[in-house]
Amino acid sequence: MKLYCLSGHPTLPCNVLKFKSTTIMLDCGLDMTSTLNFLPLPLVQSPRLSNLPGWSLKDGNAFLDKELKECSGHVFVDSVPEFCLPETELIDLSTVDVILISNYHCMMALPYITEHTGFTGTVYATEPTVQIGRLLMEELVNFIERVPKAQSASLWKNKDIQRLLPSPLKDAVEVSTWRRCYTMQEVNSALSKIQLVGYSQKIELFGAVQVTPLSSGYALGSSNWIIQSHYEKVSYVSGSSLLTTHPQHLTAAVDTVHQSLVELPSGLGFWSKLVVVVFLFLFYLIFCRIIGRKRCLLSLPSSSFSQPMDQASLKNSDVLVLTGLTQIPTANPDGMVGEFCSNLALTVRNGGNVLVPCYPSGVIYDLLECLYQYIDSAGLSNIPFYFISPVANSSLEFSQIFAEWLCHNKQTKVYLPEPPFPHAELIQTNKLRHYPSIHGDFSNDFRQPCVVFTGHPSLRFGDVVHFMELWGKSSLNTVIFTEPDFSYLEALAPYQPLAMKCIYCPIDTRLNFIQVSKLLKEVQPLHVVCPEQYTQPPPAQSHRMDLMIDCQPPAMSYRRAEVLALPFKRLFEKIEIMPELADSLVPMEIKPGISLATVSAVLHTKDNKHVLQPPPRPAPPTSGKKRKRASEDIPDCKVLKPLLSGSIPVEQFVQTLEKHGFSDVKVEDTAKGHIVLLQEAETLIQIEEDSTHIICDNDEMLRVRLRDLVLKFLQKF
Amino acid sequence: MGRSHCKETAHRAGQDVGRSCILVSIGGKNVMLDCGMHMGFNDDRRFPDFSYITRNGRLTDFLDCVIISHFHLDHCGALPYFSEMVGYDGPIYMTHPTQAICPILLEDYRKIAVDKKGEANFFTSQMIKDCMKKVVAVHLHQTVQVDDELEIKAYYAGHVLGAAMFQIKVGSESVVYTGDYNMTPDRHLGAAWIDKCRPNLLITESTYATTIRDSKRCRERDFLKKVHETVERGGKVLIPVFALGRAQELCILLETFWERVNLKAPIYFSTGLTEKANHYYKLFITWTNQKIRKTFVQRNMFEFKHIKAFDRAFADNPGPMVVFATPGMLHAGQSLQIFRKWAGNEKNMVIMPGYCVQGTVGHKILSGQRKLEMEGRQVLEVKMQVEYMSFSAHADAKGIMQLVGQAEPESVLLVHGEAKKMEFLKQKIEQEFRVNCYMPANGETVTLPTSPSIPVGISLGLLKREMAQGLLPSAKKPRLLHGTLIMKDSSFQLVSSEQALKELGLAEHQLRFTCRVHLHDSRKEQETAARVYSHLKSVLKDHCVQHLPDGSVTVESILIQAAAHSEDPGTKVLLVSWTYQDEELGSYLTSLLKKGLPQAPS
Repeated sequence: MKLYCLSGHPTLPCNVLKFKSTTIMLDCGLDMTSTLNFLPLPLVQSPRLSNLPGWSLKDGNAFLDKELKECSGHVFVDSVPEFCLPETELIDLSTVDVILISNYHCMMALPYITEHTGFTGTVYATEPTVQIGRLLMEELVNFIERVPKAQSASLWKNKDIQRLLPSPLKDAVEVSTWRRCYTMQEVNSALSKIQLVGYSQKIELFGAVQVTPLSSGYALGSSNWIIQSHYEKVSYVSGSSLLTTHPQHLTAAVDTVHQSLVELPSGLGFWSKLVVVVFLFLFYLIFCRIIGRKRCLLSLPSSSFSQPMDQASLKNSDVLVLTGLTQIPTANPDGMVGEFCSNLALTVRNGGNVLVPCYPSGVIYDLLECLYQYIDSAGLSNIPFYFISPVANSSLEFSQIFAEWLCHNKQTKVYLPEPPFPHAELIQTNKLRHYPSIHGDFSNDFRQPCVVFTGHPSLRFGDVVHFMELWGKSSLNTVIFTEPDFSYLEALAPYQPLAMKCIYCPIDTRLNFIQVSKLLKEVQPLHVVCPEQYTQPPPAQSHRMDLMIDCQPPAMSYRRAEVLALPFKRLFEKIEIMPELADSLVPMEIKPGISLATVSAVLHTKDNKHVLQPPPRPAPPTSGKKRKRASEDIPDCKVLKPLLSGSIPVEQFVQTLEKHGFSDVKVEDTAKGHIVLLQEAETLIQIEEDSTHIICDNDEMLRVRLRDLVLKFLQKF
Repeated sequence: MGRSHCKETAHRAGQDVGRSCILVSIGGKNVMLDCGMHMGFNDDRRFPDFSYITRNGRLTDFLDCVIISHFHLDHCGALPYFSEMVGYDGPIYMTHPTQAICPILLEDYRKIAVDKKGEANFFTSQMIKDCMKKVVAVHLHQTVQVDDELEIKAYYAGHVLGAAMFQIKVGSESVVYTGDYNMTPDRHLGAAWIDKCRPNLLITESTYATTIRDSKRCRERDFLKKVHETVERGGKVLIPVFALGRAQELCILLETFWERVNLKAPIYFSTGLTEKANHYYKLFITWTNQKIRKTFVQRNMFEFKHIKAFDRAFADNPGPMVVFATPGMLHAGQSLQIFRKWAGNEKNMVIMPGYCVQGTVGHKILSGQRKLEMEGRQVLEVKMQVEYMSFSAHADAKGIMQLVGQAEPESVLLVHGEAKKMEFLKQKIEQEFRVNCYMPANGETVTLPTSPSIPVGISLGLLKREMAQGLLPSAKKPRLLHGTLIMKDSSFQLVSSEQALKELGLAEHQLRFTCRVHLHDSRKEQETAARVYSHLKSVLKDHCVQHLPDGSVTVESILIQAAAHSEDPGTKVLLVSWTYQDEELGSYLTSLLKKGLPQAPS
């Protein structure tokens, strides 16, 4: 059993598992951080971007100035953006039998795999995953195709040249394998290979392996997978969430009080300190009251918008492959939502605009739900909210029809029947408006100040580029980053210098390390396998030993392009005994509670299923002549006789011999046992603890008689 | 080793379309399939006789679970009575749409029965709510583990929104219950589908056991023509429907027709459930057919332009109109009220789009009765035209055969149909698929013996050894796998004999034979051995024959040594030695050598 690791990105995994006779790909995530090295694709001609100076080497050589542009000290490739694909050389991808998808973010590389590697298998995913995944792909293709760029830079990828470039271009990995975006045709073809599955559905692969998706609690239709045979079990955990609303604000408030205490001027005496403490404590209580109520309002609804994570089914795993943990382990999603709302309100009240770069599905539903609760109380009822994406309408519509994949609360709403997400009401009351792009209707309706949700979160393509150019120069405006996939500083780099305020409130509801250690304690896998990033603290916080996976035995880690041999040995396989054969078995009790039966049967194997059938009855002899011929045939040495066990009690054996007509039996003792002599027959039987040796003349009748007498005392296996 | 059986009691579904309630015992588990009420009765006969199940024990102890196939009252109508009044606290399984819609229909029916007709001994609103709390919703194709041994799985059934077929499985035994299903996709639902799950028993409905319905398009054209003609001549059309199901299908049909032909006559849908019902279809759009699912973002088929909500006063409006009214069998409620108002005018028409249970007004007028005795000894003369058009989404004979072909059951059981028609279908199934087919009457029990094979664990070493040796077992000489089955508690392991000995801490007892074969040969022992070697080598071409340096000869693991005879120098003694496991070859060799060696070519 082996695991081929094709992606180095811990939240956008792509692994291939070889298990029994099957080859299973677990997710195919597409690493889009590579696009951060490219210049943004503006929807409207941007003089600023087109006038950026070309970059030249230190020695003044400017042969790259067509491909590379410089902006505020950073160098960008001026070309169609490209993505970093999973490894395609490590394993022959045409041998992959199935691809299991865990959530819509982890399927973005699918067209590259299914369309260009000779893949002929099946892809399994849940319906929401496929529908929303399709929207994400559609949006991506649309963003890139509607801004045709003539230039495709490749010179800089030359290894000798790349060495000379400044960071981060110098350190970019596998640039030769970077690829442009796929086409809609490839997307459709890839998606047509998907077979829809439901949670807890058992899917048989070639009769050898069973795979089952489990609810993972992270996004609509997101799943973890179990890959098991009758005796082995591998769990694949990817993008899961256990988030439930918890009173995080209390600890935050306690921290505030604590900090203020520490920071009190040392000149104050003890009593005055105490007074301050009491005062602070009272303040804290009131603060809790107010904030508590407010925070409750703003707590993250996503915690409970998809079905809760199914943990129980992960128990008894031999191996648990753990990927897709939170990318911001130190941030609390609830707190981030609160910050998001208050920054948004502040900016708008001051007459500024708010830009929220986002994906067209996922966190945006949470944000809209929070705003739905917050808008009126914050006095934002007159502020227009715009959601701009080629798939905005589809996304909003699709979110309402997956009742079965939602948490209990939302399901109950559907039963009423009401739409599960409140954005339906926001649209009805015209507070939220959606447009396919900034062109067309939007330009007529556009009012400022406003709040715009639009993609792409990398800030390299999509309508967001336009708003960055439009609003970047004014310090009244704010851009709020909520998606955790891209470093916001890198995302902003090509827009520098920037007057606009930047707020970073990444909302990542995936498991954090505390939850992981709880989960591992709960499900107790024999071995844990994870990306290497999870086995050490994040580089920026190397002292935080709590920000890594801690389990026993230590987790096995993998990195891109590595092959891991998974540490377990298969010992058993399931086989079925036909009822007719079972009826013919004669069990015998060897020890209390343990019975044995020798089985001689015909093995039939079909579609990886094994069945034991009764041996055929010997054909009745047809004629004497034929039978004679048969006995002269050279016997097939492959006919197996059972093994024997036990020992022969000499006295009883002698008695038995005498009963069967051997009159001249003599017994001699030897060092290890006895020798039984049959004088007349010139036969000698050596009997020891673990062996019996019959030495006789060539008299087959006699030998067979003696054999049968000996066998009476032994057990057959 | 045990054999088991599965037992099936058609509780109230046997040879009657009135209601469904079936009890299945499989592998020691008891499952109740559907819990329907009879729409034709207004007394005790309405609900199934549950005392039949346990005599006097508690239902919760006896039943492992209850499964509801879809929301029609003849399949779920008795559920609150069963769970709250008779008393059942175990799990009730149904799909999400069924769970959403079922309580609404129950409440609707309760209102008619209790509030309008003033019936006593009926379940209350609270009972419906309490009953629904016991429901566990299932996804399509999800394997639900009811307990360690019993698992169920739902398949898409078409028929109505959320209708499902269920597979019930215990160990290697399984039963599939179809509920009501439709094998041809229609304007808003898809076709039923099941995989080749090879159940021991397939329990299928057989409402349309003999009908092979003409093409759907013809029926639809016919329907539209009749509606159009009536409207043209200024008549009113009443279409009694159940709020959910066929109603939406016909609404889509009329809506598109009205748009195409540009008709102005109003279409109404009786109040209450309508809008709500259409809302369910919008929210559960993943349960509709492919076309609707694909286009719903652009245009939701359940947002009708021409169909408006009905008000009671509209019934007296002059001029043509089309009204969809509930319930579908004209046994109560708004449809019956409108029917009474319009029945006297021959310009009007009532179109019955589905099956009507015996005892209902719908059934009476369909069987040609034109004078109806109403409550209070009133006699209603029916002058309006009465049309029947089968739009209910049940599988016809062809569809049932198709499903049997898909699932490949070992035997088939027909329920929910009329005896005569079922007999015909039974013969057809037995002929075509060569499987047993049963059709029990109400209260009759069918017992099917099953002989499941026994799963055991085989050690991989043994299995691989066997598979490597004989991948292609020839038909003449099948290879035998030899091993030892260890039975410890409930675990069964098949291992090689060596491993079994090792695992049990037992030593092997070696049984060896050595036979003396006398040969006339005056040459030296070494030469005799050499002759034996070349002889055996030429005879036993397929075996490994070796001449060892010490002068002995081996054939596989059989050892042959030549020794001088103690008395006769002209005779040599061959000692042939083998273990019990090589007995056949050893015995063969001695008889071969006894015949002597061929003359050495000298």
